Formats: sequence, C-alpha cells, structure tokens
Amino acid sequence: MTLLDSAPGTAGSGRTPDTAPARAGAGERRPALLLLPALLLLLVFFGVPLFGTVWRAFTDPQPGLANFAWFFETPANLDALGRTFSTAAWVTLFALLLGYPYAYAMTLAGRRGLTVLTLLVLVPFWTSLMVRTFAWVILMQDTGLINQALGAMGLGPLHLIRTQSGVVVAMVQMLMPFMVLPLYAVMSGIDRRHLLAARSLGARPITAFWQVYVPLSLPGVAAGALTVFINALGFYVTPALLGSPQDSLLSQEIFTQVNGLLEWGRGGAMGVVLLGMTLALLAMGALTLRFGGRRRGR
Amino acid sequence: MRLLPLWLFCALIGVWLVAPALIVVPLSLTDKASLAFPPTGWSMRWYANFFTDPQWVRSLLDSLQVAAAVTVLATVLGTLAALGLTRARVRGLSLANGALLTPIIVPGVVVAIGLYGVFLELRLIGTFFGFLMAHTILALPFVVIPVAASLRGFDRRYEQAASVLGAGRLTAFRTVTLPLIAPGIASGALFAFVISFDEVVVSLFIQSPYLRTLPVQMYSSVTRDTDPTIAAAATLIILTTTVLAVLAALILTRRNRAS
Repeated sequence: MTLLDSAPGTAGSGRTPDTAPARAGAGERRPALLLLPALLLLLVFFGVPLFGTVWRAFTDPQPGLANFAWFFETPANLDALGRTFSTAAWVTLFALLLGYPYAYAMTLAGRRGLTVLTLLVLVPFWTSLMVRTFAWVILMQDTGLINQALGAMGLGPLHLIRTQSGVVVAMVQMLMPFMVLPLYAVMSGIDRRHLLAARSLGARPITAFWQVYVPLSLPGVAAGALTVFINALGFYVTPALLGSPQDSLLSQEIFTQVNGLLEWGRGGAMGVVLLGMTLALLAMGALTLRFGGRRRGR
Repeated sequence: MRLLPLWLFCALIGVWLVAPALIVVPLSLTDKASLAFPPTGWSMRWYANFFTDPQWVRSLLDSLQVAAAVTVLATVLGTLAALGLTRARVRGLSLANGALLTPIIVPGVVVAIGLYGVFLELRLIGTFFGFLMAHTILALPFVVIPVAASLRGFDRRYEQAASVLGAGRLTAFRTVTLPLIAPGIASGALFAFVISFDEVVVSLFIQSPYLRTLPVQMYSSVTRDTDPTIAAAATLIILTTTVLAVLAALILTRRNRAS
C-alpha cells in the first residue's frame, strides 16, 4: 500500500511541482520535514563522532592498518577480547537459565501474580545503573552481606568482588528485564492446547514440554539472548567497579587507551572491533529471526 | 501444589532482583563512618553531609538541570520525528527510522570516545550545552518509540473530523491529536529524564571539575573511598526514579483504560 501511495510523488526526478500528482505527493512529503531537527542533531552529535572514531582508527598516528595490526598482535588485547566475549556469553546463558522459568511462571500466574512478577523484574530496569553497581560492590565485599550469610551457613568466604564471577552475577541481575520481557511476550502467545494435544497423543509432560513448548518459544529465546548479549558486550561501569583491573574487558581497555594514554588510534581500533562484533551479532540475529519466522509461517 | 518449586524459584529470583536496591537505603542511615551491613545505629548525618557538601549538592543540581533540559529537547524533537515517521510518505523513511534508533545499539564507550574527540575540538567539555546534546542523542530513541507507537494506534479520522468542522491544521493537532497521544509523549519524556539522570559512561568522558553529574560524582566516590554519603546519594536517586516509575505506571494504566 505504501509503495503505491508514494509512487507518484517520488518516482519522477524532473517533475515540476505544479502537476497534480506531484501536488498530491507534496502533502505527504511535507511531514518528512518534521524529521529534520532530530536527524540533524543525530548527524552532528552522533554520526560525526562515530565517523571520527572510525577515521582515527585508520589514520592516527599514520594512515594504514597499524592500529588493527597492533590490536591483533598484542596477546593482552586478544585476552580482553576473549574475556569480553566469554563474559557476555556467561551472562546470556545464566540470564536464560534463570529467565526462562521465570517468564514461564509469568504465563501461569493470575492477574495479581503477573503484576507482582512484572514489577519485580522491572526493578533493576528502573534503579540507576550506578546505584545498582554500588550496591553490588557493598554486597560482594569480603565482609559483605553475601559472605556473612555464607559464613552463617558454615560455608567459607567467597571472593566475589574483583572476579569475573562477581561481574557476571551483577550483570545478569541488571540485564534480566531484557531476557524476561521478550520471553514472556512470546510465551504468552503460545496456545497451551498444543501441550494438551501432545499429552493426549501419549507424550509424557516433560516430553511434551521439550518437543512442543520449547520450540514454540525459541523466537523469544533468540530475541532475549541477542539483546542481553549485545548489551553485555558494551558494559563499562559494572566491570570497571566490580571486576579486577587485570581482567579488564574491551570497553575498559578503550577507556584506558583514550582517556589515560591518549592513544586515539588504538582506542578507536578497539572501538571499531567492539562495534563490528555488535553489528555482526545483530545481523546474525536478524537473519535467524527472519528465517525462524518464515519456517514457522509455512 | 505441583507448581510450588516454580513459585519458590520465582521468589528467590525476586529477592535477588530487588536486594541491591533495598540494601542501599539502610546503609544511608548508618551512624558509623563505614558501609558495614547491617548498620548498628541510625542517623541522618550522611544526608546532612550530602546537603552541606558543595560538590554533592552541585552535582545533584547539575544532574537535575541537565535532565530537565534533555527532557524538553528530546521530547519535542522526538515527537516531531515520530510525527514525520508515521505521516510522511517518502523514500528513506525506514532508513531515518533506523538512524534514530542506532544510539541504542552502539556500545556506550564507542559513543563516549567519539563525542570526547568532537567536544575537545569544539571546546564543549564540561559545558551544559555539551551534556545537553550528548544526553539528548541517547534519549531520542526512547521518545520516538512510544510516541510513534501511540501515533500508529491513533485513528486519523478524528483529525479529519476536526478539519471538516472548520479547525485549522494546527488547531486540530493541538486540540485533538495532542491530547490523544499525550500518554505516549509523557512516557517518552519520563524515559528521557531517567536516561539523562542515569547516564554514566558518556558523562565520564565529557565532564570537567566545573560540571559533573551525580552518577559521575558517585563513580569517582566509589573508586576513591567508602564514605556512606554515597549511600545517601544512591537513596536519593532511588527515590527520584521510584516516584517517576510510579508516575509512569499510572500513565500506562490510564492509557490501557482509555484504549
């Protein structure tokens, strides 16, 4: 419909504005002007800075690929890259393992239960990132509440702060809404009669769940996992304050290169790598979702 | 009762989700100069400390001013853009839509170093204008999404009816369209405020000793010392965002009832 509508107004390039079809098109084109202020601001304060980062990665201090060569030849950088990836993967895995049953429970809860479960999962979303990180620093201290509780149960103190596991625990809490909400959106659309049908055909409850329900919920799993993974890749504050400086992630390395060492080119190259990873994942995710959607449509 | 393990699991997850926010409040009321939990005695001295320390007070005021200005600018520009997106029939609309949403996708640090470079050249480091621009860009998608959604659900025949009855385009927009899409605009405005009020990564790069927002002040305080004034600051932030979240919930339930 939109294609047909826009055809008279946009197809011809040399058309004078006085002809009737062009005038009809002008009425539909004018609202596009409303986009200009926002797009202009975006161009100046987002497009230009982003381009500047990419530009410096390839030109500072000399034109060429030296910054990327440095990045991929320095073992410490590859370690940071690997750690960034593995942290994001662990966060995604745990968010899925904890979020899947949680979202499932949301579909079974009554009206009031659903409200409570939704509010609970939205709390981390509404609490400031800085506040949450500060709270986790306090909770995970060697003499903090978690270790006090473990001590009371007779379990030895755990080193949580300044470890990757501590960072993962905190990040999963922060990213839970991005896993649970898309999962719930898909699960609430699944017709439970499919499960009943499977049961009546002789499947045991667990078999029915794994072979019928789980495959139907996969679009939600893909959407949630993708969002969590991409968000986790770019996390800065939490790993910087909770993690150990020896185990820094890519975003921390970028910060150090640019803010501490004034190595704009190297920082920019790291930024390009991080951005490239994010975009590649997004593209993969979009393809998977489209493919999955088409297969389900058939 | 078969589902009991599932509910227990959800209760545990609920505690884990809420605990970090809950622990901060009692910590801010401790009478000791340390962040040990549980506090042994109670006092308001860290709030007194917060409100008498010029650095904390100024960062709070800076944050509030920046966030208020960002709310106005992002809401106006985002609403206009949403109108353009839903009403224009031109090529490249999906491109414009995609462009407006990219600030969500690009990692914060990458945005931060880019803005840092540009701001150094334009001498915008530590300026109100610099903070306003940086935060507005990050907030724009969160205004465009809800406003465009409410515009898509809006029946344009109301507007046509108004113009048939003699209203000019602006009058029709002001008296018919605007009230009907107000909930979408309001939730966009709330998002814009919270995003600006919360933003740390970009703010860390573009701050100066003369202008730094509350989260930046908290960040440097966490890395430096364990003064419970941070807990007081954190509690104030929680209070602010809780009030806003309740407001948002009220707006959303009103919208659901209306539709």
